[in-house]
Amino acid sequence: MSEFVLEMRGVCKSFPGVKALDHAQLKLRPGTVHALMGENGAGKSTLMKCMFGIYKMDEGEIYIDGEKTVISDPLEAWDKGISMVHQELQPIPARTIGENIFLGRYPMKKALGFIPVVDHDKMYEDTAKLLKRVRMDFDPKQKLGTLTVSQMQSVEIAKAVAGNCRVLILDEPTSSLTQNEVEALFRIVEDLKKEGVAIVYISHKMDEILRISDEVTIMRDGQYIGTWEAKDLTTDFIITKMVGRELTNLYPKRENVPGDVVFEVEDFTSINPRSFRHCSFNVRKGEILGVAGLVGAQRTELMEGLFGTRSHTSGTIRYQGKELKITRPKDAIDHGIAMLTEDRRGSGIMGVLSVADNISVASLNKYVDYGFMLNTKKIDELVKENRKKMNIKTPSGKTLIQSLSGGNQQKVLIGRWLANDPDVLILDEPTRGIDVGAKYEIYCIIADLAKQGKSIIMISSEMGELIGMSDRIMVMCDGRITGFIDGKEANQENIMALATQFE
Amino acid sequence: MNKKDNFGKKFLNYVKSNPIVVMLVIVAIIVGFTKDNFFSWKNFGNLMSNTAVRFLIALGVSGCLITKGTDLSAGRQVGLAACLAGILIQRGDYSGRLTSLPQMNMFVVLLIVVIIGALLGLLNGAIITLLKVPPFITTLGTQTIVYGLCLVATDAQPIGGFQKSFIDLINGRIGNSNGFHLPYLLFVAALFGVIFWFLYNKMRHGKYMYAIGGNEVAAEVSGVNTTKTLMIIYTTAGIMYAIAGWLLAGKTGGASTSMGMGYELEAIAACTIGGVSTTGGIGTVSGVLVGVLVFELLKIVLQFLGVNPYYNYIVQGIVIVVAVALDVRKYLAKK
Repeated sequence: MSEFVLEMRGVCKSFPGVKALDHAQLKLRPGTVHALMGENGAGKSTLMKCMFGIYKMDEGEIYIDGEKTVISDPLEAWDKGISMVHQELQPIPARTIGENIFLGRYPMKKALGFIPVVDHDKMYEDTAKLLKRVRMDFDPKQKLGTLTVSQMQSVEIAKAVAGNCRVLILDEPTSSLTQNEVEALFRIVEDLKKEGVAIVYISHKMDEILRISDEVTIMRDGQYIGTWEAKDLTTDFIITKMVGRELTNLYPKRENVPGDVVFEVEDFTSINPRSFRHCSFNVRKGEILGVAGLVGAQRTELMEGLFGTRSHTSGTIRYQGKELKITRPKDAIDHGIAMLTEDRRGSGIMGVLSVADNISVASLNKYVDYGFMLNTKKIDELVKENRKKMNIKTPSGKTLIQSLSGGNQQKVLIGRWLANDPDVLILDEPTRGIDVGAKYEIYCIIADLAKQGKSIIMISSEMGELIGMSDRIMVMCDGRITGFIDGKEANQENIMALATQFE
Repeated sequence: MNKKDNFGKKFLNYVKSNPIVVMLVIVAIIVGFTKDNFFSWKNFGNLMSNTAVRFLIALGVSGCLITKGTDLSAGRQVGLAACLAGILIQRGDYSGRLTSLPQMNMFVVLLIVVIIGALLGLLNGAIITLLKVPPFITTLGTQTIVYGLCLVATDAQPIGGFQKSFIDLINGRIGNSNGFHLPYLLFVAALFGVIFWFLYNKMRHGKYMYAIGGNEVAAEVSGVNTTKTLMIIYTTAGIMYAIAGWLLAGKTGGASTSMGMGYELEAIAACTIGGVSTTGGIGTVSGVLVGVLVFELLKIVLQFLGVNPYYNYIVQGIVIVVAVALDVRKYLAKK
């Protein structure tokens, strides 16, 4: 018998253009909670997906009880006793708890001796037992949709530990839970530990990690940094290990001079109580305000609220002292606000349309003759100008945008917004999924816009980018603004400290 | 020679990406050389006038399809317009008159059916955008409602006794029906073809339509008023069905409640054959024209081959499925 129930060694995994995992490793002891930590994009989720058979490893081995094994799909992982509770739950709210738990592996029986039918009695009986195991007292026939998020999560855990579960992966399990609910989750985790289950716990919340875990493995840029016993660790040590990378000269010299405060947001609160609340901040003319925070800090949500794609209950937005009424994106655009989306595919590009159509869609009103006819010549000029100014690499304006690289698509989208000559630009993860060369070009564009006197709000999950580009950094945690740091004094440690300031 | 090469390349590309169109044209040519009267002015005239009416309906549906929607009420709206036009256009001295209104000018009737068509289209658009009911279900519902309205209006009676000037105008032509001639309907189709081309390519509305089809969320956050655009699209569609219905009544010389049944499916099929993508954002007026032409050609070919009319539906159905299957593959391959 090996001392480890599961071992991953030398795991490598590449995606087009990115090395997501570079000889990562993980060793799990039975009956322990093993925290897996790292910045966004450090490769934690990718590693788990390799273990769970969702991704195929390029290199590397998995050992279970010291024996080498191959896991090629989630079903095989399940057979070998590995279960995963995903960060985003995927339940079917209109079906019962029992049906959700046994989805895809319903207990069967033979009706009339030969017709295979679902054995509902057994299913609900087993469900009741499983629910008891996670300290839940619900009717198995209750519709899942009637439960709260945390209760649904318990159901998800019950589902995960049904059968012979030996390794349970919890990916950010507490990101949407209240304090009481977290306590309830921890009790379940303790129970499972006593049963000998090894639990992989992925979280950004330091206090939780230090409280519940036995061992901690830290990853950075897809690489294995090390494994330590949790009782020897401090928050500072973990943060240093997580972010400890040298910053080289990846950013252009900025010549912008922040002026007067022009854009002000006061007491902005979402209609969703778990989303952004009581957010107040301001941006100066010609200032780049970085926005830092962990996944789930509600940064994008806050910005979408300001832009009118999400609703808010209270709060005011002012530009140069004048209050702006924004209920939909068009209002924001009319008031000179632009927002570059983080989800380029989902809400940015129109893939099957041309570069010209994509670049001009937000500003068509400017290219109309006689009140109804589009002036194609002017649109062509807009395309030409942008191609030159931002060095957009495209064969022509008629090329479909989906055939361009991510960086060039992003430049087209920036061009779309600049065509309206906005005063305030909200950039949400402007360099996500873009290769290093194009990143630098985009930083130059941002720096230049600030120099021209535009107010820039830049959300980013890359510490380096935030520190390298921002005049000031606003940090959010769990829907609240937890502080501001001057760009010159910002470092990974003080940002991370504010970003993990949970209530 | 470069130019020639280019043309050759373009031609080959077209053949590759439109196998159904090419196949049907080849079949038509073979039929033409083996059957008498296929290549005749009369047959050409028939093809043109049939295509003209269907083209108007397909233009109406194309906007819905490009924005990832659909309009199942198209055929019944055509039927309602035809019946209403029929009732209002009956001769004042016709014994079987269904209305006590005085005899009306046919263009006044056109205006009336167009207004009704526009209102029905607006209703579709309002349900889809304001109540957020999916277009498929919305128009399935209105399809049934419109059919009911048609039954109520006509009492399920066939309608005849139209003013002669109306029938003559719609079936009129430049030239002699036995020699070279161009039906008036062809000019109507050409006029709307140009209008739609302008609308789709030279106006904001067209750009917004393609933007919504390409990515509705992105269009919304780019400041496109998606609600308004969709309303205009469905309303325009309703107007097109009404015009088509009015023309159809004149072309047939009578109207009945079964008129227009299934036309929506043929229009959707024609659009798809013509390259309007079912995944949204793609489609051109010329493509729609080719799709409709091909579909009408198919019908005439089958007729000339003496295929039992019952089999026609089977063949048409197969063509629709194959066309869409090939269309989808085009985009799958690009991923």
